[in-house]
Amino acid sequence: MLDVKNLQVRVEDKEILRGINLTVKPGEVHAIMGPNGSGKSTFARALAGHPGYEVTGGSVSYQGRDLLDMDPDERAREGVFMAFQYPVEIPGVNNAYFLKAALNAKRKQQGLDELDAMDFMALVKQKLKVLHVDESMLLRSVNEGFSGGEKKRNEIFHMAVLEPTLAVLDETDSGLDIDALRVVSDGVNAMRSPERSFIVVTHYQRLLEYIVPDYVHVLADGRIVRSGGRELALELEEKGYGEMTGARK
Amino acid sequence: MATMVPAAPAWVRERREAAAKHFAEVGFPTTRLEDWRFTNVSPIAEANWPLAQGGFAAAAALVASVTVPGAVRLAIVNGQFAAGLSDLGTLPKGLRIASLRDGARDATDGIETHLGKVFSIASHPFAALNTSFLDDGVAIMVTKGAIVETPIHIVIVTGGDQPVTAHPRVLIVAAEHSQVRVAQTFVGTPGAAYFNNAVAEVVVGESARVELYTDQRESDQAFHLANIQAHVAAKGVFESHAFSTGARIMRHDIGIGLKGEGADCTMNGVYLADGERLMDTHTSLDHAMPHCTSHEVYKGILAGKSKAVFNGRIIVQLDAQKTDAKQTNRALLLSDEATINSNPQLEIFADDVKCTHGAAVGQLDEEALFYLQARGLTRAEARDMLLHAFAGEVMAGLKIPALREQIESNFFARLRRGYGGQAAIAPQVEG
Repeated sequence: MLDVKNLQVRVEDKEILRGINLTVKPGEVHAIMGPNGSGKSTFARALAGHPGYEVTGGSVSYQGRDLLDMDPDERAREGVFMAFQYPVEIPGVNNAYFLKAALNAKRKQQGLDELDAMDFMALVKQKLKVLHVDESMLLRSVNEGFSGGEKKRNEIFHMAVLEPTLAVLDETDSGLDIDALRVVSDGVNAMRSPERSFIVVTHYQRLLEYIVPDYVHVLADGRIVRSGGRELALELEEKGYGEMTGARK
Repeated sequence: MATMVPAAPAWVRERREAAAKHFAEVGFPTTRLEDWRFTNVSPIAEANWPLAQGGFAAAAALVASVTVPGAVRLAIVNGQFAAGLSDLGTLPKGLRIASLRDGARDATDGIETHLGKVFSIASHPFAALNTSFLDDGVAIMVTKGAIVETPIHIVIVTGGDQPVTAHPRVLIVAAEHSQVRVAQTFVGTPGAAYFNNAVAEVVVGESARVELYTDQRESDQAFHLANIQAHVAAKGVFESHAFSTGARIMRHDIGIGLKGEGADCTMNGVYLADGERLMDTHTSLDHAMPHCTSHEVYKGILAGKSKAVFNGRIIVQLDAQKTDAKQTNRALLLSDEATINSNPQLEIFADDVKCTHGAAVGQLDEEALFYLQARGLTRAEARDMLLHAFAGEVMAGLKIPALREQIESNFFARLRRGYGGQAAIAPQVEG
């Protein structure tokens, strides 16, 4: 599914990722943990193709193709989804209208017929129910005036509609209360399947109680310093990042 | 420029002469005048523009290109009312329409009272020039209490084989408690150079409501000068919505006088300046009486080497307590070479008022573009979507669906041409 080799990324002349190696197989859930500034969000954004993140070395192969050679929109249409840490407010763009355009862009790429408004609404209403998302969210401008929790829920709602092959969740748990965290996690868990993989980027172990990962990787100073099973997250919780990563704090 | 104008009633001749005398004194405005600082009209002043004599063969096709189904259509070709290209159908009850020339001759009620009385020629040199050639156009009179459901569409066509000048004139008078929707579309021979100098005067009676939509899609080589001047009586409502995509130099002077207590107005516009176009909008709102409200939103999209000017003047007179005025002006620059001069101008003499204004000039939000792209839209689609949203606030004010469709499709087609993009997505339709 995803094969990251020695990935190096620079942001505004600052080396952030210094050689990431990661292999994700279909159906797996990988958690990327690490202290602030370790490069976890950089990794997520680089996978999504953010133009501000310059890849200076290494390779990323996604389903046998060179991911780094694809524009952000092509990555999305090929099934890569990133749930943003800070979803962007877009005044004047209706949430449902945007999501329909995004879904149809993907369907077109897959050679499927575009959904008309009726079919789209039927699909969307079903997803809303699963995620306990209020229908009024559809009628509002994308993320405009949404609370922190609503924004994150909207991201998961987009993910549920777009049904990605590889979903990258960038600190989706930050700013969520326990109820919202449960709803978001239920949404993710409902989508787990043998064909779909997840990369869950988080600072806290808490999220991993709800979304149970197959593997946990600890990032420090732009490199993966430890990898293991879910027990690694518990160990982190106990010892803190300082001891785990050998960082002087 | 001197041409024989057909015989007209004495009052028309007097108004013409007064205006001609004034214009002869002041001449074309220069950039030394504050109101014309950024708009150099010397390409107009220095060229020879014979007064258009009648219509031209291609006018019919131009009228047909902007037909709004279901509307009463009034065509003005090169400044003259064109009965043959108009379609009055069965006029709705309470609506009277006359060519300005016939109406003035037949002493149709209200024309003599209002024509040339809604603005001061001293403040508007081009309106003075128009008045000095006062001859024809259309008059739309709505009688007391009449609610006219059928929209009225004035198609103002200019051009032909020769460079010409035309001075089209529109008068709308809505008596108390009446309602009417009027659109004016400016269209010209593609690529032709001409000088179109239009004036529309609107008189909104007590508790009456008038909506005026202006679609400016003149030829790319045209000079388009237009005045829209309105007076609103107590509890009257006036809305002006302007959509501009054409002309080499455009200058809009839109002035609204809130002359009675509790009057309300909306003055919105969106313009697209691309290539080397200059688009200048000067708005003026006169809060003369207490308890009046005004809402103004102007948005500009600038590409290429275009220039835009926005000057939004709001005067709150000493007596106009409890005024509530809101003005917003925003512009998006799509290229490094486009420039805008934006100037809110508030003159407040009353002390118990609420006046807000905001101006913002910026570029498309890169983070928003990335967000849309990261969900699968191409960069062109993402950009279109953001621009649609930007213009959408003003487009949403178009309350005649067929007209909205026509104006939106033209606007967004020109927008894509403006930055050399490909057709990407259909406009967003609410609901």
